[in-house]
Amino acid sequence: MIERLDTVDMMVNMGPQHPSTHGVFRMVLTVDGERVVAAEPVIGYLHRGVEKLCENLTYRQIVPLFDRMDYLADYNNELGLALALEKLMGIQPPRRAEFIRTILCELTRINSHMMFYGSFGGDAGVTTPFIYAFRLREEVQQVLESVSGVRMMPNYIRVGGLKDDVPEDFRDRVARLLPRLREGIEECDSLLTRNEVLLARTRGLARISAAEAIAYGLSGPNLRACGLAEDVRRTEPYSIYSELDFDVPLGQNGDAWDRYCIRLEEMRQSARMVEQCLEKMPEGPVMAEMPKALRPPPGEVYVRAENPRGDFGVYLVSQGGDKPYRLKVRAPSFCNLMALERLLVGCYIADCVMVLGSLDIVLGEVDR
Amino acid sequence: MDVREPGDRQQALAAAVDKVLAQFHPQSEFIFDELVVSLPPQAVKAACQLARDDADLAFDYLRCLSVVDLGERRQVVYHLYSTRHRHKMVIKAALPADMPAIASVTSIWPGANWHEREARDLFGVTFEGHPKLTPLLLWEGFPGHPLLKSYPVSGLEDRG
Repeated sequence: MIERLDTVDMMVNMGPQHPSTHGVFRMVLTVDGERVVAAEPVIGYLHRGVEKLCENLTYRQIVPLFDRMDYLADYNNELGLALALEKLMGIQPPRRAEFIRTILCELTRINSHMMFYGSFGGDAGVTTPFIYAFRLREEVQQVLESVSGVRMMPNYIRVGGLKDDVPEDFRDRVARLLPRLREGIEECDSLLTRNEVLLARTRGLARISAAEAIAYGLSGPNLRACGLAEDVRRTEPYSIYSELDFDVPLGQNGDAWDRYCIRLEEMRQSARMVEQCLEKMPEGPVMAEMPKALRPPPGEVYVRAENPRGDFGVYLVSQGGDKPYRLKVRAPSFCNLMALERLLVGCYIADCVMVLGSLDIVLGEVDR
Repeated sequence: MDVREPGDRQQALAAAVDKVLAQFHPQSEFIFDELVVSLPPQAVKAACQLARDDADLAFDYLRCLSVVDLGERRQVVYHLYSTRHRHKMVIKAALPADMPAIASVTSIWPGANWHEREARDLFGVTFEGHPKLTPLLLWEGFPGHPLLKSYPVSGLEDRG
């Protein structure tokens, strides 16, 4: 007769091939029954040495590599690189280029958040939101495609402006897209947000306090879910964001539900910004007067931009010459994912994928 | 919100930093809008602790931690930000290339954890006191540190 039954902690491996791990990602969970007592995210499966490659390419050749880090926010990444070089070289891109950049970046944000919305539904076990999200994404995608000619990795934003002006019907296409977007966002909202099962599964899930989120270096919607109004577009405005009227949506509890709601609201705000840009967009050139070879002076610069996933930083060290001496990328997903080991503790195994999904990471920029 | 011109605010910050970190003899300069403070490596951890805890500085957010290979030296660069005051600062420390070691700041900002592991992977910098300084982006036993200038772009394995 056994007097006492002891329980033993068990190790559970999730990924890296598991489709719900949002890319090439593995987590090692230590579980006590159904509860997670410790979690260790394992990354590096997609490490391509982008920073090393950049040191051996000319500045113009680097733009496509930036597309391939956070591939859901390709325009935003390109903008980050352009901002860094423009600051270092003292180049002011033409007004028209600034507005087009902002339109493209905000449309990409909507696209990216739609991807989050769809996959978050999938994480919760429903496939319908995914279909709705992708139907809407397709319409945005077609506008973006009409600009750069490709659906992903556009290589379109250049240092000093843009590769080309937008097609003649761009303004009409975006103007037609906006009401469709707004309608679609409301549709998505009514489909999933107040769903009882989603509420039950996400409210209070993986809560983090503002102080802890700051200490872990969370950024973007994940940080704003804790009630902190940290949005680079507002706190350190770049490009033309200081001229735009928009709200920074904030959460209260810092849980998975808040992180979800903030992204939905951000899509509405992005649509507002695109609308204002369409009204204000002037005619004119889209490229500044540029030297034939991009040779920034020796020096260093650090720029921040608000990507869909958070604070995107580019640290560029130049020693003259046409290649960077060092190009460090502060990828928001890298820092957000770090907090997972803290967020998962105390969760059920069944919720782990939702917690991961609520952080909205892209492994392409985590591993670089 | 502080209504003074950014220039004044930055000068005020520079004065405050000089005062708080005076014991470490910081050398500060402005590079664009960033206040860059160079410190001896052995002072970095204590200086970071002060920079976070001092009410006027309150650098509670580590924006980025980078390493730059400068040949004889390896420069560790901490980009800091204060969510309370919305100001920013950079701390730099140059380590000798033959013994690149510095105290870990994970106890000050837990978010430094992966940054330091990445820096060890790619530059071979040792962060003393780090809770788990194991390979993050590279696999265990990976030869060399790929982001050093001495490391060939094609990798070590392919060279016959």
